[in-house]
Amino acid sequence: MDYMLSEDLMAIRDICAEIAAKHIRPVRAQLDEENRFPREIMGVLAQSDLFTIYIPEAYGGTGMGSLALCVATEELSRACGGIAVSYAANALGAMPILLFGTEEQKLKFLPPLASGEKLCAFALTESEAGSDAAGIKTRAVRDGDHYVLNGTKQWITNGGEAQIYTVIAMTDPTRGARGATAFIVEEGTPGFSYGKKEDKMGIRASSTRELVFEDCRIPAENLISREGMGFMVAMKTLDNSRPGVAAQAIGIAQGALDEALVYASGRRQFGQRIDSFQGIQFMLADMATSIEAARALTYSVARMIDSGKGRFEKESAMAKVFASDVAMKVTTDAVQILGGYGYMKEYPVEKMMRDAKITQIYEGTNQIQRSVIASALIRETAAGAR
Amino acid sequence: MKFVVAVKQVPDTAEVRIDHERGTLIRDGVPSILNPFDTYALEEALKWRDKLGGTVTVVTMGPPQAEAILTEAVSMGADEGILLTDRAFAGSDTWATSHTIAEAVRKMTGVDAVFCGKQAIDGDTAQTGPGIAASLDWPQVTFVGRVREMTDRSMVCERYVETGVQVLRVALPAVITVLKDANVPRIPSLRGKMRARTFKPVAWGAEDLGLTPYETGLEGSPTKVVTTATPEARTGGSIHTGTPEELASIMADLLLGREDAR
Repeated sequence: MDYMLSEDLMAIRDICAEIAAKHIRPVRAQLDEENRFPREIMGVLAQSDLFTIYIPEAYGGTGMGSLALCVATEELSRACGGIAVSYAANALGAMPILLFGTEEQKLKFLPPLASGEKLCAFALTESEAGSDAAGIKTRAVRDGDHYVLNGTKQWITNGGEAQIYTVIAMTDPTRGARGATAFIVEEGTPGFSYGKKEDKMGIRASSTRELVFEDCRIPAENLISREGMGFMVAMKTLDNSRPGVAAQAIGIAQGALDEALVYASGRRQFGQRIDSFQGIQFMLADMATSIEAARALTYSVARMIDSGKGRFEKESAMAKVFASDVAMKVTTDAVQILGGYGYMKEYPVEKMMRDAKITQIYEGTNQIQRSVIASALIRETAAGAR
Repeated sequence: MKFVVAVKQVPDTAEVRIDHERGTLIRDGVPSILNPFDTYALEEALKWRDKLGGTVTVVTMGPPQAEAILTEAVSMGADEGILLTDRAFAGSDTWATSHTIAEAVRKMTGVDAVFCGKQAIDGDTAQTGPGIAASLDWPQVTFVGRVREMTDRSMVCERYVETGVQVLRVALPAVITVLKDANVPRIPSLRGKMRARTFKPVAWGAEDLGLTPYETGLEGSPTKVVTTATPEARTGGSIHTGTPEELASIMADLLLGREDAR
């Protein structure tokens, strides 16, 4: 389907496709096998200006916006969901600064992210605070012109690889979610170290790691927004980043469909190509249709975000929940079409199925997304907006 | 630093078929690409520009549509592009081409180094780079697998030859031809592509370069192609078994052309 993408967006897609062909496809299986972060590929993305697209021109970026980020993430995910999330997680990490940072913070932290000289990560989740962000245990206590952080963040994408972290910590635990505050923490700050590196089912090229804060003193000017605004910063960040997860899911699904189509045209059983069987044809048709629907929804939401008009947390959640469910279904069906070969690591679809699963879980589980959608519907109805 | 990269538009040989009757390439409908070896020359120039500062100018001689490869080079990061295009250039052999490009380099003034691919995939002569150096009377290093270091006065190149690696320091300005080993060419950048969209090369003709018909084009080309032919396919060798004595005897017969005796 033609989404009337601008020349800039088509250029982004072409660049990502070329990087995928030359730098990602040849190594994706190995990185997956070795659970290894794609540092060299991050360098290639940086050289091609891909880290500039979500950062405004005033801070060294090209300011292309949400749809551009979706296009890039989708095309990279088509080759490898793990490498793509290592890229997209930078935008997630930078989002609190982009949305709520002061001019000084933006001037200091965004240019090295735009150039790719530094990577970024967002740290909200803890062992007892996933969907329920109010359960955060990491404390931040004001001490003169510093804050002292103590606690452990868990499952942080780009953990150990990024140099700039946006961290949500409790400044006033008695106030629950309203007691949370967002901070910027730089790698190398005394008292900040990395903990356990996770061994995951999928997106294994990406780094997922604990962040450990032990009497970590950070300057008060690294506070984002105000004390008590941390939950708001986190929610707005996720509202903005969810189309990126949707785009990742669409890319993974598209990659699986591509493989299924090629395989089904070459595989012969009962003396004919298996794509001549209606059973396979209907599967392929449904896969393609659901991907297109997910893409249309996601691009629409991204365009809505780029327009700068109105609230979009409901639509953003819809895109994420729909696209990730599509990705899980499509990759599972792709494995089915490839049959025994699909189950083997020689073919890339089993990895795609493993990679797809996380999109239903992270940046808010699909159950939480449905709660977000339902709350918005009920609120809109009560307000007479529907 | 002021670097020049000489590039060529070539038919994508992966797509070329051969007209066996006439012994020529069938170029109709074959896509044209930037000569793959030139991408290594371009990357090397871009890499050193990024390190030392300065500009990279790509130059090509060809028909107006050769502009496409200059645009591609700009999307990879080249600063400027010069298209040498003129009916008077048509039919140039490697001598005339080298001479014409050398005149363009002279006209640019202040050039520190010219980078070329080791050869083009269509003609496979590997003569144009050395020809440019000869015409400019500059030193040249061919088949460079690595540029170790560069200052504004000289560069140190590793020249990969059959017998090993020669490490050569060459005074600038100089011409080098670059091998595939030198680098991995970068992928076009977003900013490069945005710039390439509005890019227009400078166009120079024979008059701009002060070239007479005897120096360029068909008339300026000493090479005359009389005929082209496909070499006969080689047949496989033969394998013999036996004791060393028997094998020596067989070998002697073969060498002396007494195969019939066997």
